[in-house]
Amino acid sequence: MGKIAVLDPRQWVGLHADYLYSYAIARLDDEEQARDLVQETFLAALERTGQFRGNSSERTWLTSILKHKIIDVYRKRNSGLADRGRLPAQRQADREPEQEFFEADNGHWKEAYAPQALGIENEDPLTNKELTTILQLCLKKLPALWLSVFTMKHMDEAATEMICDQLKLTPGNFWVIIHRAKLNLRACIQKAWM
Amino acid sequence: MGVIKKIQYNCREATYLIEKRQHVRLSVKERLHLVIHLSGCSVCRLFQQQSRMINRVVKGILKDRVEDERKLDEGVKREMQDRINERLR
Repeated sequence: MGKIAVLDPRQWVGLHADYLYSYAIARLDDEEQARDLVQETFLAALERTGQFRGNSSERTWLTSILKHKIIDVYRKRNSGLADRGRLPAQRQADREPEQEFFEADNGHWKEAYAPQALGIENEDPLTNKELTTILQLCLKKLPALWLSVFTMKHMDEAATEMICDQLKLTPGNFWVIIHRAKLNLRACIQKAWM
Repeated sequence: MGVIKKIQYNCREATYLIEKRQHVRLSVKERLHLVIHLSGCSVCRLFQQQSRMINRVVKGILKDRVEDERKLDEGVKREMQDRINERLR
């Protein structure tokens, strides 16, 4: 017989708070918000201890509650609420780079925006500290919605359908966002690199 | 402008397909467009190379974040546990 997990809320903080906090920070990049979510997760979990079936561990169960709260934050950020630390008015190129980077009539690169070789295309990019640093800064400049799509896709390797469902996007929107995010990141790196 | 010429000029479509291809299998038509475009466009071939490079580095950055163990302040933790205990009473 498998071991049945039981809940012990008096031990929750000691056993799981740091884990949940690290989990949230990795996905939100905001310490204050991560802390609030951990607290909310514990309180929400208390309300629904009756729903715990014991077939997963206490930590897995708490993490699934936290995951939903993180998605809620992504949604709020996307609707412009709780958008801490981000500029409300983005430049045109940040919102619709394909309008700025390509000719409207035939879709050809505008000369000023055409990619240029950085000279590192044949190296192992993971050994390039400077590139990592620049990319970290460029990621921070992405609009919140794009960053949450990017994080879900690349960090948790979430399926496209699931991301669309959770962030209320159509598949068409999803690819447009992936495209725009990459155009912006690439342009941002080139600007910093040259 | 002929159909082929249109595909050859359209870097906006090609870069979109380059992104999509890194996540899902393209349709036959999409694949055909991309092959035709890339065979004649060195700028988009460079874009593709850089795009893959960026994905690898982004994955590395996010992986480091996931593995980064952070600790909450002990005072904050005491407050959290107090709040839980209050509700247990």
